[in-house]
Amino acid sequence: MKKFLQKNAPGYVFLAPWLVGFFFLAAGPILASLVLSFTKYDMISPPQFVGLDQYIFMFERDRRFYKALQVTFSFVFLSVPARLIVALAIAMILDKGIRAIGIYRALYYLPSILGSSIAVAILWRQVFAGEGVLNTILAQVGIDGPNWLANPSVSLYTLVTLAMWQFGAPMLIFLAGLRSIPQDLYEAAEIDAASKVRQFFAITLPLLAPVIFFNLVLQMIDAFKTFNSVFIISNGLGSPADSLLFYTLYLFNEAFKFFRMGYASALAWVLLLIIAAFTFIAFMTSRYWVHYENERD
Amino acid sequence: MSGVSLKSIHKSYGTVKVIEDLNLEIHDGEFLVLVGPSGCGKSTLLRMIAGLEEITDGTISIGDRVVNDVPASQRQLSMVFQSYALYPHMSVRKNLAFGLQNLKMPRDEIERRVAEAAQILQIGELMERKPRQLSGGQKQRVAIGRAIVREPQLFLFDEPLSNLDAELRVQMRVELASLYNRLGTTMIYVTHDQVEAMTMATRIVVMRLGVIEQVGTPYELYSKPQNLFVAGFIGSPKINMIKADVVHSDKGVELSLPDFGKFTQPGMQTSDGKMTVCVRPETFKVGDTGAIKASGTVKLVEYLGSEIFVHVALKSGQSVLVHASGNQHFHVGDDITISVDPDEAHYFDAAGLRVERTEVGVAA
Ligand SMILES: Nc1ncnc2c1ncn2[C@@H]1O[C@H](COP(=O)(O)OP(=O)(O)OP(=O)(O)O)[C@@H](O)[C@H]1O
Ligand SMILES: [Mg+2]
Repeated sequence: MKKFLQKNAPGYVFLAPWLVGFFFLAAGPILASLVLSFTKYDMISPPQFVGLDQYIFMFERDRRFYKALQVTFSFVFLSVPARLIVALAIAMILDKGIRAIGIYRALYYLPSILGSSIAVAILWRQVFAGEGVLNTILAQVGIDGPNWLANPSVSLYTLVTLAMWQFGAPMLIFLAGLRSIPQDLYEAAEIDAASKVRQFFAITLPLLAPVIFFNLVLQMIDAFKTFNSVFIISNGLGSPADSLLFYTLYLFNEAFKFFRMGYASALAWVLLLIIAAFTFIAFMTSRYWVHYENERD
Repeated sequence: MSGVSLKSIHKSYGTVKVIEDLNLEIHDGEFLVLVGPSGCGKSTLLRMIAGLEEITDGTISIGDRVVNDVPASQRQLSMVFQSYALYPHMSVRKNLAFGLQNLKMPRDEIERRVAEAAQILQIGELMERKPRQLSGGQKQRVAIGRAIVREPQLFLFDEPLSNLDAELRVQMRVELASLYNRLGTTMIYVTHDQVEAMTMATRIVVMRLGVIEQVGTPYELYSKPQNLFVAGFIGSPKINMIKADVVHSDKGVELSLPDFGKFTQPGMQTSDGKMTVCVRPETFKVGDTGAIKASGTVKLVEYLGSEIFVHVALKSGQSVLVHASGNQHFHVGDDITISVDPDEAHYFDAAGLRVERTEVGVAA
């Protein structure tokens, strides 16, 4: 125990601010929500214990729950790969750019890349609305664009595009990962007659695997939790026709519009389990495709 | 196999000139070693031959082909990097096969070559390991293996042994030499270890500040250094450099050295009033059997078993290093007399260029 502390104390010191925040601010509500998920609670009368009823209702009778799952899964499966691909592409351009142009200009553009998600979402709404910027431009060339946000068959893809554009954080991590790949491996590959494409697939991707994995898990969790942008773009309703009924939006409306706190809590815990399951799957499969440089075996 | 021809090569990074007007013919099948102090442009030159670095001006040919615009992958050469540059996520086998796969070689040919390289380098048991599971020497072997499976026309080595410990370095040096004897392929080898240079090279190129100071066989460089820099660079421990005044230069030069006094070298010409006389430690004799002598005291004794290096402080205060055989005895503080035959010394003028003694009786 003493040894353990000696060895790990610095780590815990660095974790301390987070731990304090977690235990004093977050842990209580989290536990409370677990308890509430077994009750009926409208925030006015005291909670009534109902056992597993909320969960049974959710899985057996709630069609909107399944709709929300479907929308959210579609979004996660489309937006995460899309965002990672864009992030990696931009990182590779910047990696070349930094070597050629100098770090200064890259840093100069970073703020615009990072952008806050609410501001970006509002901007996006202006661009993609029925009479928005995009359709105005399309009209100039004689194309009658759909209402990108109000048309149920395209609205989700519009959101995926928005998500793709918010590549800042994973891009920075990719950039750091790219820069840590020794240049002489590419030189050796050059002499080994590997084309640029081959170098990308045979060297860059495998050596970046730990970073890709890290970004994948983080972005997946992020995508499951998408709320701000969809709340703003769908006016908080998940409309049109529930096509943007994201899980978190459904949960939010259950809690704060219909004051079904018990049910909302149950929804939250199911989401937590879903995220945990996906993260677990990612970790389980990672050993087949993630190569860690300093791994001992 | 083929030679390499470098014609008026220039290289600058921005305004910094790294290589200036360099000309060099590397013969087919030769083991050419580039030596020189750090930063003199050895790696840059090698990387230009490899095609990893653009040349600013000049012509590089490999064999009969001008390769200025030929990409590295098509120059039919292999390179061994100082850092090994093994692909960390690939097994040894895949590291060896990677380049051959890129050339779309049939699978059984790849397997044959990989197996042959593994056998030559005795890395058969390591084939399924990843680079991180290898020792430095093993990594080096794999890196060399990756170079030989390509069966290139030309091998390039950039300080391949400098990350190894002394013992392993000696061992790998021997292995590289025997690999060269076996393959007979042209090799260009960068090092700043002059023992490596002397033992392995068929010819050595001594560089300084992007300029070639001298090219020659190890013997030529050692016995006839063309300038002070080469004299000081080749030979370990370092050659003794003694400043001399030229007292008279009519039918040769009469030199005046501190401690050793005056003597005449007939048939030598120089217009300057100063010369540097260089004497290798092993050229000095302990005792007074040489034609010119000096006395001093023993300052430090380095006993190496078969040989001894004696640091001698001469009367004037200058100190020289003298080589003696291991069966002699020296004690710090002892008086000592050393001597040398003037013809066995090297002479350099004030500009640092070698001054030769023209044959006596032959009109200059
Ligand atoms: N990419 C570069 N940009 C600017 N200068 C460079 C670059 N690469 C090398 N140089 C300069 O070129 C000169 C020669 O470098 P080079 O690496 O060829 O030296 P070297 O002889 O191999 O030295 P060492 O023995 O230390 O490896 C050095 O002064 C170095 O600072
Ligand atoms: Mg170098």
